[in-house]
Amino acid sequence: MRKFKEFIIEKLILLSGLTSIFFVVLIFLFLLKEGLSVFQIVTPCDFLFGKSWYPISEPAQLGILPLMMGSLIITLGATIISVPIGVACAVYIAEVAPSRIKEILKAGIELLAAIPSVVLGFIGMMTLVPWIKNVFHLPTGLTALSGSVMLAFMAMPTIVSIAEDALYSVPKSYKEGALALGATHWQTIYRIIVPAASSGILAAVMLGIGRVIGETMAVMMITGNAAVIPTSILQPVRTLTATIAAEMGEAVVGSEHYFALFAIGIVLFIISFIINVTSDLFLHRERK
Amino acid sequence: MISSLGKQKIAFFFLFLANLLVIVPVGLILLIIIQKGLPAMTWQFITDIPRQGMRTGGIFPAIIGTIYLVAGSILFALPIGLLAAIYLSEYAKDNVLTRMIKLAIVNLAGVPSVVYGLFGLVLFVSFCKFGASILAGSLTLGIMILPIIITTSREALESVPAMFREVSLSLGASKWQTIRHIVLPNAIPGIITGTILGIGRAAGETAPILFTVAAFYLPRLPKSIFDQAMALPYHLYVISTQVPNVEEKVRYGTALVLLILVLFVNLVAIVIRSQFRKKKKW
Amino acid sequence: MVNPVKNIKSDDVCNRNVPEKVSHGIKIDIHNLNIWFAENHALKNVSMQVFSHEILCAIGPANSGKTSFLRTINRLNSVLPNFKTTGAIVLDGQDITKMDVELLRKKVGMVFAMPSPLPLSVFDNVAYGARMSGIKNRNKLNAVVERSLQQAYLWQEIKDRLNESAFKLSGGQQQRLCIARTLAVEPDVILFDEPCSGLDPISTTKVEEAMLKLKESYTIILVTNNVKQAARVGNRTAFFLNGELIELDRTEKLFTAPSDQRTDGYIRGKFG
Repeated sequence: MRKFKEFIIEKLILLSGLTSIFFVVLIFLFLLKEGLSVFQIVTPCDFLFGKSWYPISEPAQLGILPLMMGSLIITLGATIISVPIGVACAVYIAEVAPSRIKEILKAGIELLAAIPSVVLGFIGMMTLVPWIKNVFHLPTGLTALSGSVMLAFMAMPTIVSIAEDALYSVPKSYKEGALALGATHWQTIYRIIVPAASSGILAAVMLGIGRVIGETMAVMMITGNAAVIPTSILQPVRTLTATIAAEMGEAVVGSEHYFALFAIGIVLFIISFIINVTSDLFLHRERK
Repeated sequence: MISSLGKQKIAFFFLFLANLLVIVPVGLILLIIIQKGLPAMTWQFITDIPRQGMRTGGIFPAIIGTIYLVAGSILFALPIGLLAAIYLSEYAKDNVLTRMIKLAIVNLAGVPSVVYGLFGLVLFVSFCKFGASILAGSLTLGIMILPIIITTSREALESVPAMFREVSLSLGASKWQTIRHIVLPNAIPGIITGTILGIGRAAGETAPILFTVAAFYLPRLPKSIFDQAMALPYHLYVISTQVPNVEEKVRYGTALVLLILVLFVNLVAIVIRSQFRKKKKW
Repeated sequence: MVNPVKNIKSDDVCNRNVPEKVSHGIKIDIHNLNIWFAENHALKNVSMQVFSHEILCAIGPANSGKTSFLRTINRLNSVLPNFKTTGAIVLDGQDITKMDVELLRKKVGMVFAMPSPLPLSVFDNVAYGARMSGIKNRNKLNAVVERSLQQAYLWQEIKDRLNESAFKLSGGQQQRLCIARTLAVEPDVILFDEPCSGLDPISTTKVEEAMLKLKESYTIILVTNNVKQAARVGNRTAFFLNGELIELDRTEKLFTAPSDQRTDGYIRGKFG
């Protein structure tokens, strides 16, 4: 009787072990099921590189290039801001900070990670957006720049914590060797420790980018949501994620608009898949 | 020429500055929300339904909705996540399947939250015919927090010394008895921490519930798990972008309630974790 | 199906080691045992017999395979990945790989190198094995705990501390608690894996006294790093080197007139 019970439990455990694979596949399949229908109306090429997104005009124009450019420009901006600052934070926390300050900094960054994105979006709307409007004398502060700044901020916990882990895992002997040869602490950090942790730091940056591309609510609240190909960072833009979030509520189930939004979901899924798989490879190289 | 120690000083100064660039805004954000949100904090604000198109009244249905959603998602994700963690820590061999499971977990953690929303919409709302409901939203959030629960629980299970397992087995206990009586009890604090972090995440997410449960304006409490519900994060989004002329303090007040909820939950996790570290017996 | 016991009887590799003095039956019969951890061939073609109610000591330098040998007898190595074994171990006429593994481990108890209490109270530690085999009755458990602790010479010292955490006991007490815990399962054979390596001389003496007493009712295999300990308590002693069984003989014989030069070298402290 006990053996039988244990047999059942162990099968349940195996089954649960497989659920992650099951859900990833299920998500992808359901996205495909709904999203692929859009290619009966537009070719994949026109969908990806079409320059106008007017999903409810007649006939609907379903080109997501402006949306991809919107995501791209915001991601680029956020990366440029967050990577140097994030890596610098990680280096300081892992190598320089005295233990009390380290605890405070880590707690602060954990706190940031815990703040819901809708709260950050709200705060950005109330503070950052008017500020950017005034500084650059713009008609509106809802711009790609606001989005980039906010997202750089939101990507920080991801970048800092993973880069910090990578820096910690550099063998102590490297550091001691360099110090014994008379290098200063700073020379040791930038000549030995950071290069030795480089693939882990790269993974941190990639996961940070993944976080930025996937972010939805904050972006939707502060970038202005204009589906045009941006020519400047001070213009309103609309990202892939915000498009889905903003329009799915209005799209009629089974309409081409609805299918197109799912197709955008496929694009996002594939991007995040690529980012996660490659960063995982980097992290594994780090461990070896 | 600056000496190398001089260079070090400058470099460390800039590294410190980078930290300030992150930490100071975090502090400011908290400060602003608390300062501007506190005036809205009245008993009525917490316990009343929203009135006059959400411009006055309270946020009680949104708080309750969020609690239902969080409870539902944990009810779904905790058993599966815990069993999956047990599989990875106690049963999985070092092979291709395990590698794939780990990769799937990483991917699940990285899928954009709005894509979870899409998935929940087709699978739970349409395909399973749950409609936009607490059930559909809970399941969607549950899948989203699954990787958090699996990863933290697995770490907790793996930190139980291998020696305990060997001793238990050597006394004639079966593998499951060993897990049940030795490994699990000693991993519980870590599992609770993971669960609480999952709760915090589920309470704060908006995108996954946009199309699966969230009601724009529903000034009553949900009646069953097949009912729609308001939720705090979505409510904050709605009153700050969709409804004109909402008093600033109502918006900040809502943000403050959400923030307190999420940070409190995280604080509990941190306290449990540090208590556990102090008490550790081995 | 070939009966492994018959095979071994026709095999005279082991027979030369049978001392006349020990007239009890064969408890464990080991035949051509090989084990591997991944590519590492940890034990090579070991054949030997263990008799009832003897203390068989296994000595040898680090990595000689003696601990791996011990952990194969209760199949504890099987939980490790990449573990492979050939040959046969026969306990009371039964091939252990064909036995129910939980039953095997109840018949063959084990005491580990370092004191290894479970993170439970003293009482729960000793009662653990009994509880896992389904005994719930509190009186029965009380009886099992008292008997086992007495057998391990620990009862008098800690009978008032049964509800304390086992980690609060001293190192020597913890190790005797582990012995009591093993006895509580009522095994036939007890495997000791360097049980005194973490203990001071006084605790070591107490554990050795316990073992000499236990010999009367149990069969004991003792792996030890301490050659003198083998000389003090062993009926017979086996010398392992690089995964091979070099020599197995009555302890006095092995220590006074070893037949292999390498044994002589080791017990005189030339290496190891």
